[in-house]
Amino acid sequence: MLPNNGPVIQASNLTKYYGKILAVDHMDFAVKKAEVFGFLGPNGAGKTTTIRMLTGILKPDHGSVTIAGIDFARKQLRAKMLMGVIPETGNVYADLTAEQNLHLAGKYYGLPKNDLVIRSNEILSQFGIEDRADHLVRTFSKGLKQRINIGCAIIHDPSILFLDEPTEGLDVLSRRLIIETIHRMNENGTTVFLTTHNIEEANRLCQRIAIINKGKIVAIDRPEVLRSTFDKTRSIEVAFDRRTDKELLYCDSILKIDLHGDKWRLYTNDPDTTVKHVAALAEKHDLKIIALTICGPSLEDAFIRLTGGK
Amino acid sequence: MFLAFYLGRAIDLSIFFPGFLAMALFFTASSVGPLITPWEKQAGTYERLLSFPVTISTIIMGDMAAGAIFGLVISSVVLIAGIIFLELIISNLILLILAMFLGTLCFASFGVLLAAPSSRAPSNVMMLSSLIRFPLIFVSGIFIPLEKLQGAGRILSYISPLTYLVDLFHTALSGNSIMHVSLNCLVLIAFTAFFLFLAGLFHKRNIAKGM
Ligand SMILES: Nc1ncnc2c1ncn2[C@@H]1O[C@H](COP(=O)(O)OP(=O)(O)OP(=O)(O)O)[C@@H](O)[C@H]1O
Ligand SMILES: [Mg+2]
Repeated sequence: MLPNNGPVIQASNLTKYYGKILAVDHMDFAVKKAEVFGFLGPNGAGKTTTIRMLTGILKPDHGSVTIAGIDFARKQLRAKMLMGVIPETGNVYADLTAEQNLHLAGKYYGLPKNDLVIRSNEILSQFGIEDRADHLVRTFSKGLKQRINIGCAIIHDPSILFLDEPTEGLDVLSRRLIIETIHRMNENGTTVFLTTHNIEEANRLCQRIAIINKGKIVAIDRPEVLRSTFDKTRSIEVAFDRRTDKELLYCDSILKIDLHGDKWRLYTNDPDTTVKHVAALAEKHDLKIIALTICGPSLEDAFIRLTGGK
Repeated sequence: MFLAFYLGRAIDLSIFFPGFLAMALFFTASSVGPLITPWEKQAGTYERLLSFPVTISTIIMGDMAAGAIFGLVISSVVLIAGIIFLELIISNLILLILAMFLGTLCFASFGVLLAAPSSRAPSNVMMLSSLIRFPLIFVSGIFIPLEKLQGAGRILSYISPLTYLVDLFHTALSGNSIMHVSLNCLVLIAFTAFFLFLAGLFHKRNIAKGM
């Protein structure tokens, strides 16, 4: 359905003002086919504004958007047929039932009646709401509403999925369901563009992340690369079966030691030597190691550096 | 209002009926448009709607259709009541139906235009629309016949689309009109196009407002 070569989403010089506020500042980026691409940024960074321009809800003041080679400004409807959108504040109709909402969405995408019924039943069972299909959405919890919201966006099996903070304010179960859906669709070749300010989620879901701040992309890369760009320091978390002295733990390769709850955190540039040192120490003093983890520099640190928290 | 009308001027009620019918059509058809967009924005369904493969023009047409149908239904009820209770004689049925269609489309598009500056509070839009809609009925030959309007009132009456519908209803119901039938029809169509054009313009400009 989509061309195999060339980016699926291409934004050039994308710019949007709200009055005098510059919300999105001359942004350029491209998303490849079947990629999960994340926009990570603090509140007010311009994530929603960008996604609105990518999905044709807002017109950019400058710049252009190309979706699967289709110039958005000229053939918007054709581009929109390819995508499913879950807006940040967008809601489904509260006075329609779950099923009616799905059918309505399917009709907008021009699904034939048969497919419509099959797809909506599929989605209802996938999301565990078959038994509430004929209940008004008004009576649904936030998590259930968001499932219908997502259902409406994927009813036509889109090749590109846009999600604006899809798991915001949801419980673990709904969150997991949504993440599974994203994973499954991505495995089947769907390109995913999502925004979040949840670093953990971006790290877990995305193949590439753009960190944005004040309407600008400040870094764009794989999560692993991003997190090691700014800090090479690793830390080792270790817990013993009984209390030990801080002084006891020190060796040449350790830069700093902190106590976090019942765990020691040892900062080092040389995790290999440090782990061996800890093991030897435990042996020597007859300490039992209950837990041992090597942690990379966190994405959170990179995020805070980049978005000017420090 | 109907009752006040009735008691005050029982004698020439059927003379006033065309104006009354036009007023009913005007208020009902133009009342739906200003509500839909603010409601949808408030409920958050507007953004969802925009994300579907539809254009703003399609959405505007849909909003207009809703107003037009509402106006048509209510004014038909008023008309039927008029026929039953006032023993109204219709001199030109086809023209009457045509006038009702043109009028309801025109005022429904006017209603959609009124929704254009929509914030997410329906009450703001309602206030604005009352402010604009009420004065119109006084300069459109409903209470004061067009011939008796003078000076500024006369000029204002010409820029009110309602004037032309009142005149059309007069033609269709009692056969006496001030302006030519085809002129009335053309003006209503022109107003509809004008309102739709402006509505498209403003709705596009204010799309992010209150979203
Ligand atoms: N409708 C609007 N009118 C005026 N200014 C707006 C509007 N929407 C957003 N802004 C401003 O534009 C900037 C970017 O907002 P945007 O909603 O895109 O940020 P965001 O990254 O999505 O934030 P959040 O994480 O809070 O959702 C902010 O400064 C915001 O105040
Ligand atoms: Mg946002």
